[in-house]
Parts: sequence; C-alpha cells; structure tokens
Amino acid sequence: MSPAIAQYIRPEVVAYAAFGFTLVLVFGGALLAVLPKNIIHNVFGLATSLVGVAGLFIFLGSEFLAMMEILIYIGAICIAIVFAIMLSQPMHLQIPKRYRPKLIFSFVVATSLFISFHGIVTRTEWEPALVRGGDWEVARLGRLLLTRYELLFELVSLVLLVAIMGSIITAAALGGDKNPTGDEET
Amino acid sequence: MDSLHTYLFVALLLFCIGLFGLLQRRSLIGMLISVELMLNAASINFLAFNRFLGPDPAVGQIMVLFIMGIAAAEAAIALSLILALYRRLRSIDIEKARELRG
Repeated sequence: MSPAIAQYIRPEVVAYAAFGFTLVLVFGGALLAVLPKNIIHNVFGLATSLVGVAGLFIFLGSEFLAMMEILIYIGAICIAIVFAIMLSQPMHLQIPKRYRPKLIFSFVVATSLFISFHGIVTRTEWEPALVRGGDWEVARLGRLLLTRYELLFELVSLVLLVAIMGSIITAAALGGDKNPTGDEET
Repeated sequence: MDSLHTYLFVALLLFCIGLFGLLQRRSLIGMLISVELMLNAASINFLAFNRFLGPDPAVGQIMVLFIMGIAAAEAAIALSLILALYRRLRSIDIEKARELRG
C-alpha cells in the first residue's frame, strides 16, 4: 500500500466511514421497508434497517443490545412476518393501486411532525446528570434485572406468555372458515 | 458522530419514515413493519440519552430490553390477528375490514 493512501486510513476516518455506512443501512432499509408495493421487499428492507440499528447500538456503547436486536428482531420478528406473508397473501394476486390523496396526506403529516419535533430537539438544552456511573458491564444488567427491576422483568415474561397463548388461540380457533368465499363483503 | 443531536436526528427521521409508512400502507403486514421501525426509533432514543445524559448506563439498556420484549409480543398478536382476518375476508387489505362500520 502506498503511503499516499495510507495517510487517509486513520482511526477517526475509519470510524466516520463506518458510521456513514451504518446510516446508509438504516435509512436505505427504512425507505425500502416503506415505499415498494411488494411486501417481500418491505421485509428485506426492515431486516436491513434493523442491522443498521444494531450498528448504531454498537456506536452507542452497547454490544449486548446489538446482539439482542439481531437475535430478536431479525431472527424472530422478521421470520414471523415472512411466515405470515406465506400464509396469507398469494403473491400472484394483483397489488392494489394507491390513492394519491392518502399518500399526500401521510407525507404532510410525517413532514410536519418531523419539523416540529426537530424544533423541539434543537431548542432544548440537554443537561447531563450530575453523577454519572460508568459501568457498562452485562453482569450489572443481569444483576439489576433480578433485583431492582425484578417485577418489571416478570411482568414482561407474563405478557409474552399471554401474548403467545392468545395468538395461538386467535390463529387456530377464532379464524375458522366462517366465510370461505369472501364475496359477501363488497 | 459523537453528539446527542446526531442520534436524536437519526431516531426522529426513522420515526417519521415509520409514521409515513403506517399512514400510507393499506396492507396490514406493511403497517406492522412500519410500527417496528417506529419502535426501533424509540430504542435509539433511549440508548442515546443513556449514553450521553443518563446517570446509570444499565437503566437505558434495560428499558430497550423491555421494548424488545413488548415488540415481540405485539408482533405475535398482530400476526395472528392478521391470519384470522385473512381467513375471514380472504384479504389483508385494511380498507376491506369494515364489518363494524355503522
């Protein structure tokens, strides 16, 4: 490698390049998740965006949460969405056209929310806490989850259990073919 | 790259993309995907405040873990409801689910 190239490969340049690549993943994936009409492309975009978010978590100092993000969101939720797509919508059916007023309305709402929240974010003086701990260990997370946040932890586990049982009941029992032709609804 | 505003801006943009998708899609699965994007924006915000302002680095991470748990439960419920609706209506278009309309 020639020294002319080598002088550009400094740690901060590499860090900025990695950050930019992560942002491209996040927003490219998000646009791919929202804009195309084909639902499979949306799921691929969601997975790309979530990989980018996991990268942002690493930049924010939490490798553990980056791994959890990939495990839970990409490994579980995206796969579940793909299963639901396989079970529901036949891919050869025509995708319905979009209404232009709805598109314009949602774009206006999202843009105005963006502008107002951006004003709030830039005008607020954020002050750090007076005493800041520096313990980023995963072991401390586990200890806190089983002491101070024990009740919340158990509640989330209970919510997950009830949600899984409820989804089994909804999908298996309530969804019976009461209207198999579906042409009653016009 | 190392300031709070960058991450808040990123999270805000991601949230607004998700909101746009949620309002504009008509397929229920597409709306669910947009909701996941919005939840991720909230997670980024929690971790950014945790990194730059918060008193204890563990608390924000625990909050993000809870968000992930709730998101998994929400996705399971929503997908089973979508399947049940599809079996009734033979469609996952939200505009066709108007049985309860007065």
